[in-house]
Amino acid sequence: MIPSLPTPRWLRATTLLYLGAFLLFLFLPLITVGVFAFNDAPYPAPPWKGFTLDWFVGNEPAGRTGLFGDEELLSSIWTSFVVACWVTGLSVAVGTLNAFLMERARFRGKEALSMLMLVPLVIPGVILGISILAFASRIAEFASDVAGIELEFLRPGLPLVVLGQFSYIAAIATITISARLKRFDRTLEEAALNLGASRAAVLRTITLPYLRPAMIGSAAIAFLMSFENFNTTLMLVGADAPLTIMMYGRMREGATPVLNAVSLFLMVASALLALTLMRRSDRRAE
Amino acid sequence: MVDTPAGGAWKGRLMLGLMLAPAVLWLFALIVLPHVDLALLSFRERLAPRQYGASLAQYRTFFGEPLYWHVFVRTAVMSAIATALTLLFAFPVAWTIAKLTRGRTSALLFVVCLIPFWVSETVRTLGWMILLRESGVLPQLLAHLGVTDVPVELLYHDATILVGLVYTSLLFMVVPLVNSFESLDNSLIEAAYDLGGNAGSILREIVIPHATPGITAGCIVVFMLTLGNYLTPNLLGGKNSQWFTEQIYTQFITRFNWEQGAAFGFLLLALSTAMVWVGLKASGQRFGDVMRRA
Repeated sequence: MIPSLPTPRWLRATTLLYLGAFLLFLFLPLITVGVFAFNDAPYPAPPWKGFTLDWFVGNEPAGRTGLFGDEELLSSIWTSFVVACWVTGLSVAVGTLNAFLMERARFRGKEALSMLMLVPLVIPGVILGISILAFASRIAEFASDVAGIELEFLRPGLPLVVLGQFSYIAAIATITISARLKRFDRTLEEAALNLGASRAAVLRTITLPYLRPAMIGSAAIAFLMSFENFNTTLMLVGADAPLTIMMYGRMREGATPVLNAVSLFLMVASALLALTLMRRSDRRAE
Repeated sequence: MVDTPAGGAWKGRLMLGLMLAPAVLWLFALIVLPHVDLALLSFRERLAPRQYGASLAQYRTFFGEPLYWHVFVRTAVMSAIATALTLLFAFPVAWTIAKLTRGRTSALLFVVCLIPFWVSETVRTLGWMILLRESGVLPQLLAHLGVTDVPVELLYHDATILVGLVYTSLLFMVVPLVNSFESLDNSLIEAAYDLGGNAGSILREIVIPHATPGITAGCIVVFMLTLGNYLTPNLLGGKNSQWFTEQIYTQFITRFNWEQGAAFGFLLLALSTAMVWVGLKASGQRFGDVMRRA
């Protein structure tokens, strides 16, 4: 139970054992992926045939394409990166505006609007994807039938992927940033105004700096969620596949360990992102 | 900044309008209107090329074709099982983080539990595939140890799908559970113990009632994500996965039968919404509170 109550020895032992098993369960798949990125064999499977960097740098004579030589894979990483940047920028901008709207403005229907903002979070990603796909196609068809204009960006492709991911990631950014703005002490703004600062100056020097941790935090989450998104993207993707879609396609075919290499790269990248964020929040806490 | 007195100057109204615009554009152009359109799409039938009429044909097909509703029910049941298992596995871990450890150990354990979820679901699924497929790590190991005569295929079973789903969902259960356990005052447990309660009755009468909001939040989110998952059932279940999102994908992308796909999408949305609603009603909570907690 809790430390202050007598706990039988067997229960304590079982707890420790369970915890160990749980952590093993959590990390086994990740460790496996990492280890087989270095196996000197054409498939990511045992037995261990020795250490190699072929799946990163490639090996022409053996006919192995490494991560750094795999144009298709590299360009899909770039595609994901560009999409994630757009989604992050849009979500944080709209999320910040929404935070001010919900915490500061007064208007009719605010309660309903704040409920509506949570709705994207309870719609399965696949359905967000198909609804946006169908709606965008309808507008595109309408435009081409009535006005004879081809709205290329409304056909499956990266602009739609950005919109699809943004449609629910914006809700997360809104919640995170609003929560921080709610805790803001407004007397700080009043003091600055009394001291002669303009509204714009107050916003720039007091309110936005206060919101910065929430904005950075939600930017990181938005970036990560966009980079990893699969469901919505699957429905909206056109010719240029982002990384998750590309990896999915290859996993179904039974791919070489180059997928392990790119996975390891992803793990290291997200670990670095997580560490940077934690350091930031640590420094702030001190 | 936007505090304008009621009925204030046009400047205030303009400001409010400008601030409302992105939110309204986002919610209506990307959420409300597409779903209305999807509903309309699901209630029409193609009579001739470019000729459509209102009908319930898509929904009739769903109920008339056993394959479709069978997959639908199967997806719902498997998601419910996955949610229950996730709760079961996450409970002791969350309790350890919240109550049995303190300070740095607790924080470290929490972070360690979160790490796998910073990694893409695709990568995690790749890990399970390498571990479980016939030529993979575990079957080879089992054969080597003499547990099985030959390596057995561990992929493409229902249990495999459940392992993958539980793995993917753990974070969404651990976080709300830890939060609700942390807010439980230890002295309540001590008091219950002094009054003669044992582990079972304390759990039943003190811990679970207190943690109900967290448990509900976790279960709702996990069920919803599981129901809408595509990657994990598809890759770990292979042809046997029979997940409803795959049916939606097939209708929409492979067969280009958008009307049927839209109807399927709506049925999935209805099930997901119904479950959220039942969860909220059962625990007497408000939607907004739960979503903010999760």
